[in-house]
Amino acid sequence: MTTLLSTPTPARKLSRGTMWSVLALSVLLSFGFFSLLVLGGASTDFNIVGAVLLAAIIYVALSFVMSRIVEGRRKATDRLATGLVTSAFVVALLPLISLVYTAVSNGLNRFDGDFFNSSMRNVVGQGGGGLHAIIGTLEITAAATLISVPIGIMTAVYLVEYGTGRLSRAITVLVDVMTGIPSIVAGLFAFALFALFFGPGIRFGIGGAVALSVLMIPVVVRSTEEMLKIVPNELREASLALGVPKWATVVKVVLPTAIGGIITGVMIAISRIIGETAPLLIICGMSTSMNYNLFSDRMATLPVFVYTQYSNQGTDTQAYLDRAWTGALVLILIVMVLNILARILSKVLAPKGTR
Amino acid sequence: MDTDLPATRIRAKQRLGDVLFSGAALAAGILILVALAAVTIFLVAQALPAFTADPADVSKDGRGFWSFVIPLVFGTIWAAALALLFALPLSIGIALFISHYAPRRVALTLGYIVDLLAAVPSVVFGLWGITVLAPAMQPLYSGLVDSLGWIPFFAGPVSGTGRTVLTVAIVLAVMILPIITALSREVFLQTPRLHEEAALALGATRWEMIRMAVLPFGRPGLISATMLGLGRALGETMAVAMVLSPSVIISFALLTSQNPTTIAANIALNFPEASGIGVNVLIATGLILFLITLVVNSLARFIINRRKDFSGAN
Amino acid sequence: MSKRIEVRDLNVFYGSFQAVADVSLTIEPKTVTAFIGPSGCGKSTFLRTLNRMHEVIPGARVEGEVLIDGENLYAPNTDPVEVRRQVGMVFQRPNPFPTMSIRDNVLAGVKLNNKKLSKSESDELVKRSLQGANLWKEVKDRLDKPGSGLSGGQQQRLCIARAIAVAPDVLLMDEPCSALDPISTLAIEDLIDELKNDYTIVIVTHNMQQASRVSDKTAFFNIDGTGLPGRLIEYGDTTTIFERPTVQATEDYISGRFG
Repeated sequence: MTTLLSTPTPARKLSRGTMWSVLALSVLLSFGFFSLLVLGGASTDFNIVGAVLLAAIIYVALSFVMSRIVEGRRKATDRLATGLVTSAFVVALLPLISLVYTAVSNGLNRFDGDFFNSSMRNVVGQGGGGLHAIIGTLEITAAATLISVPIGIMTAVYLVEYGTGRLSRAITVLVDVMTGIPSIVAGLFAFALFALFFGPGIRFGIGGAVALSVLMIPVVVRSTEEMLKIVPNELREASLALGVPKWATVVKVVLPTAIGGIITGVMIAISRIIGETAPLLIICGMSTSMNYNLFSDRMATLPVFVYTQYSNQGTDTQAYLDRAWTGALVLILIVMVLNILARILSKVLAPKGTR
Repeated sequence: MDTDLPATRIRAKQRLGDVLFSGAALAAGILILVALAAVTIFLVAQALPAFTADPADVSKDGRGFWSFVIPLVFGTIWAAALALLFALPLSIGIALFISHYAPRRVALTLGYIVDLLAAVPSVVFGLWGITVLAPAMQPLYSGLVDSLGWIPFFAGPVSGTGRTVLTVAIVLAVMILPIITALSREVFLQTPRLHEEAALALGATRWEMIRMAVLPFGRPGLISATMLGLGRALGETMAVAMVLSPSVIISFALLTSQNPTTIAANIALNFPEASGIGVNVLIATGLILFLITLVVNSLARFIINRRKDFSGAN
Repeated sequence: MSKRIEVRDLNVFYGSFQAVADVSLTIEPKTVTAFIGPSGCGKSTFLRTLNRMHEVIPGARVEGEVLIDGENLYAPNTDPVEVRRQVGMVFQRPNPFPTMSIRDNVLAGVKLNNKKLSKSESDELVKRSLQGANLWKEVKDRLDKPGSGLSGGQQQRLCIARAIAVAPDVLLMDEPCSALDPISTLAIEDLIDELKNDYTIVIVTHNMQQASRVSDKTAFFNIDGTGLPGRLIEYGDTTTIFERPTVQATEDYISGRFG
């Protein structure tokens, strides 16, 4: 008992200031080293990624050793874990930063009026644009949304409001299976389906919309299901007790209460499929001209445009690469806008003052 | 308008509304069953000729379907497994950082940033991988082959472009990071507060608390998150199709210009020019890919569902 | 407006579990009847069978008859939706529709059933219903604000206004005050006293004082044990039940010896 009461050894601790100094020192060492490489002629460019990585490694190692000496093993392990976890986050940010930086700096080269105003018809080399691809993407995405949203929402309504027993369990499982279908398989499915009716040479926009629907429906079902489930049962009961039929209760009380979340889910689903390339490559093909008709002929889409601009570079390589990056930048911007819009809408449409 | 109608009329009409609406909901649900059945049936129907066709028509070397498919299956699993190897520790680190290290208010923003990665279209990742990552990695690869070439993984000759399976794996890892991170973050945040506080009250450091309370609690969730990430990586097409310089071989060398390609990338690259039995062969490989992802995803779901029985931990 | 309720040999089942057994009673028009009893004794379940709300729960079924002015709610061709328009219900927790304004909440029962009302008709109905629920003075200047912005007691009175706007004959209340503070509770109790002039009111309550304050008749429900169905033990004038109960269990419950 007396041993417990004896004064503990004073806990020695590294102060915050010390740790910050160690971090500064690590950064200085690492960046100094990479600068020397450049100055010494060993490499041509300053490798910022390498410098950040090396700085992180030096910092984690230094803090571990120092803490091991001053604070003991357990505290040192804790510091090591903190360092590693934080580095993991920094490392994950590197590709994102690099990607956004490259997309913006390369994409701006052709982010001009021409790009949004012309197709690739009869263009070899410079000039031309992605209007035909943007139109195609918008039309195909809109068609996929028109197919997926009613089916997705009604399925979710069935699962939450009506479904019982084996059928509803089976649908739940199959929605899970659908979530895992690789996008290229969805493209093959659409091809196999339409090739049966129109022959193996079939390429058209609506086929792409069907393939994208296969990918979009499960996302819409899942998110709508979640949203319907959090509508309090009391609201359904209140409505039913007023003598409102069940269908009207669902349409006029349950769905409006959940609408914010449902719209958000749909927007997220759209932003997922709008960048899909593989299925469209298979069933829509590629075209260099405008094609407004979803139901006949090959149709260009933005992701496939990016891919073909890269993979079929003509004589003037830079012109093709620039167009590819501008297409990529436009895609990223569309996806970002959809995501931000979804967030804003979910805030605005959320029912107010709920308990 | 119908207030003055006899009660029976009103009744019949409402019943009709209910019948129509619930019928429509049921129809939508059944449509999903039908759609999935259709996916399977059409794929199988179009794939069948590939299995029965004359081996000489199926592949250039005339050794038949399976000798063509097995390297692809290997490449698919190999690339996805490598991607997982990079993505898993990073994801766990990020998820822990967001759930247990970063301040609450910052954590939300950080989570949003990681979600942004998920929103970037795969074709953009492909473009980035080949124009930025591959050239940047090439010097490192040369160095690795020169100094560590005796390890089979780093055997030469080194690829001059950096378009190797290792680069592909890194791109895939970046692409599946967000999904694994998002799911693990959820599980980590669900750790019962009581368990965490109990660990801290025993005098544990933060890392010890995470090892004692958070990680054991989150293990099943982590496993299923990993499986879902793996499923994503297996089916990813464009990044592989664009970055890899492909060949149909089985090889564990990471840095050469002879790389095993994946099923999905092979379909994307060859489908536009395929004809006749070639189309059937590609669809057959697609069917095999579907089955592989189905198994992986089902395993993940199975683990999640089994976990639900225990999750009433608090 | 107000109607008599007769219940004959009513049994309620959830799947194979019997929740309520052999209840027979008659509730007179323009009275307040209180159902009391320990938790799980089936009083709320029984209340819900009076407007077929129990059917919302899958597997629920009823044997026996409930007659409202002689018409059987469970006759083969009776529409539960019609029943609920005649027999309104107020729930334990106030549940105004969060997407609707105060005005739309009151009109919900009418609007959701696609009945068209002119502006003046609906204004009149809103005013009449809110006055009926003693809420008009408090909310008349903010009818277009969301109903969920009101206090708990106001929300509950809004729900009562919503229920009486569809002009039911009977009003069922399932522990309407259990989520409210004492002052709001008093306001609701006063309201019940006024509503009695127009409606047959049935209220489930855990609060013995409340039962004795607001009701004319009291029914005591009890169960013999878990897994066994709830039964009606004693039914009579409130004063009789509270002062001279004939059954020992009733006396034990009222005097606080169990439950």
